Amino acid sequence: MNAKIIEALKSRFGEQAAQTSEFRGELTVIIPKERIVEVCRFLKEDPGLRFDFLADLSGLDMFTPVNRFAVVYNLYSLANKHRIRLKVFTEEDEPKLPTMTGVWSTANWHERETFDMFGIVFEGHPDMRRVYLPDEFEHHPLRKDFPLMGIPGSLPLPKKS
Amino acid sequence: MGLEHALGDSFVTTKLDLAINWCRKNSLWPMPMGISCCAIEMMSFAGPRFDAARFGSEVFRFSPRQSDVMIVAGTTTFKMAKVVRKIYDQMPDPKWVIAMGACTSSGGMYRTYSVVQGIDQFLPVDVYVAGCPPRPDNLLNALITLQQKVQRGESKGSFPAYIGEKKLNEPHDLPSISG
Amino acid sequence: MEQRPEEVARKTRILQALENQHTSVTFEDALENDMILNMGPQHPATHGVLRLLIRLDGETVVGCVPEVGYLHRGYEKLAESCTYHEFIPHTDRLDYLSPLNNNTAYALAVEKLLGIEAPPRAQYLRVMISELARISSHLMFLGSLAMDVGALTVWMWAFREREKQYDLFENIAGARFTTSYTRIGGLAQDVSAETLAMVKKFVDELPGHLLECENLLNTNRIFLERTDGIGVVTPDQAVDLGFTGPGLRACGIGHDLRKANPYLVYNDLDFSVPVYTGGDALARYYVRMDEMRESVKLIHQVLQKMPGGDVHAFKPKKVLPRKERVYTKMEELIHDFMIVNFGVEPPVGEIYSAVEAPKGELGFYIYSNGEGYPWRLKIRSPSFVNLQTLPVMMKGCMISDVVAIIGSLDPVMGEADK
Repeated sequence: MNAKIIEALKSRFGEQAAQTSEFRGELTVIIPKERIVEVCRFLKEDPGLRFDFLADLSGLDMFTPVNRFAVVYNLYSLANKHRIRLKVFTEEDEPKLPTMTGVWSTANWHERETFDMFGIVFEGHPDMRRVYLPDEFEHHPLRKDFPLMGIPGSLPLPKKS
Repeated sequence: MGLEHALGDSFVTTKLDLAINWCRKNSLWPMPMGISCCAIEMMSFAGPRFDAARFGSEVFRFSPRQSDVMIVAGTTTFKMAKVVRKIYDQMPDPKWVIAMGACTSSGGMYRTYSVVQGIDQFLPVDVYVAGCPPRPDNLLNALITLQQKVQRGESKGSFPAYIGEKKLNEPHDLPSISG
Repeated sequence: MEQRPEEVARKTRILQALENQHTSVTFEDALENDMILNMGPQHPATHGVLRLLIRLDGETVVGCVPEVGYLHRGYEKLAESCTYHEFIPHTDRLDYLSPLNNNTAYALAVEKLLGIEAPPRAQYLRVMISELARISSHLMFLGSLAMDVGALTVWMWAFREREKQYDLFENIAGARFTTSYTRIGGLAQDVSAETLAMVKKFVDELPGHLLECENLLNTNRIFLERTDGIGVVTPDQAVDLGFTGPGLRACGIGHDLRKANPYLVYNDLDFSVPVYTGGDALARYYVRMDEMRESVKLIHQVLQKMPGGDVHAFKPKKVLPRKERVYTKMEELIHDFMIVNFGVEPPVGEIYSAVEAPKGELGFYIYSNGEGYPWRLKIRSPSFVNLQTLPVMMKGCMISDVVAIIGSLDPVMGEADK
């Protein structure tokens, strides 16, 4: 099944559009930022592939000087019972990616969570604000340069009288 | 508590005090602030096996205006702290707080950026219960300890407050409601 | 935080007045305004700290915005500072109604990353504890849904059954409910024969008790009117919104990870997946009741087929050795020291492993860079994704149906907020 997917992607998008790797039987495809929406739409609508379920969307901080942030899409096909992973890299200054809410509506809250935790802005998202932390919080916790114990005073606490 | 303040120092209210404290301790109606896993053990504490109703906690009033003791059960985050404080301020005097579990006593196993390391940073706490989660028997023990405290007439958060043996003559700062 | 212009334009006059702290707002048309109701984080019926902002037109819900994050404890950041073994107690507190299932899911994910497999007895035992956890979670669902719509007796009966299960868990794992029972490569300890006899006794009696509860609810006119046709989701909407678990199976799509991508020993066991069409709260209730019966069937089969043997895989550098060998043999002592201090060091790579938790698809995405600490651990929690369907479900229903809908969705905020 993995070979079939690689074949379909290469025939539609060309050789350079996708780098693939396999680990423990799972296929990971790295897609450039500009083509991600069309690749996802192709994967969803192609009758042989039918990846109609977005299982997970998460951010990843590689902490490298180039291509610091990545967003990982874990897709699942209900008909073929198969999984695939897509990965998109973006830069550190003003990380931006196109939104997936047009393809799968479930990406809505996942993208809000990625924005909350990493600061990656998804263009075209209907409601781009934080989901877990209060709106006034200024940092993005899951970045590697944010300390685990937090920054004292960054979140307000009611007074004990 | 409030009785002496109302009637002044010249009245001897010992027996009446004892009687009123006995009534208070045997009908402590909890307000369950059930936030996370400890809430499930609190439900078991109210459930059929470890029945809290036989100790006087007949109903779990979810309205703060009708309850005596607030059992904070679960990890309190900074976002939730404001809400907990608001609910605490809405409770009428005399009121007590039981901090249930490790997360409310000291932050528990979460030493992270979003968890308050113990609710005593913003609430006066009367009884701390250890455990992650504490067994319902442990919570019953806490309730009985609280009842003993009520019998003695002590309350950390009510107005006026007793600190040790000394009674404060002037009221402490009223808690702010606009938190 | 300053408002973006489009946000300001979208806010109603009531919200703007609230923010500017005006106390009087005048309207030209007295019947024009909708009311915004806040079902706050502290509420008896919102299953934990979920906040709902509901826009009402009289008593009809026009729109709803759920707000989560009141229990955000920073699990994913915490995972980056814990070794793989140290994270196991944290997985208990994710979906705290079925902790054993989360332990199993996490152990399976790390074992996939390491490329090891637990021995057969451990796999059968893991199936047994996962199904017991499923029964525990669904009993809680039964109790809270019934309590939310007014049948308090059923809550007491469901809790009586859960107390019996807590006794079982204490015998199996040592703790009532935060068990931390699985380990990477197996289980913490074996179960004794008398514990298995207790399990058998429990599952023999459970269908009778479930029937008692159903006799109170299934033909009860109040329960039916409060759940039938309430909170409908169509199958296309469900798949698009990422809805999994009993909710998806109540829409007519028979997707269950135990059948689709079998893990542990589910392909050796005989069970069926209940599917109902209708997509409403009543269908979700029927699905969960039937799932409890299927779990009973699974546990009976596991008890019959359980092989003997060890519950730890024999992979010296990856699996924690048993304590009696650690105290007597040199190599095990060294391995124990290395694994506890530096962590099991998996190869560089990433995996995504999902199981069928009682609430839906619980997935762990782990990216490892070769150290004993995960570089990134993402928890795909079913409740977080299922809560996205709330605005869709609540459109057009009455304010009193909101409680029944949340009850039938059965979210757990410990998992949704991570």
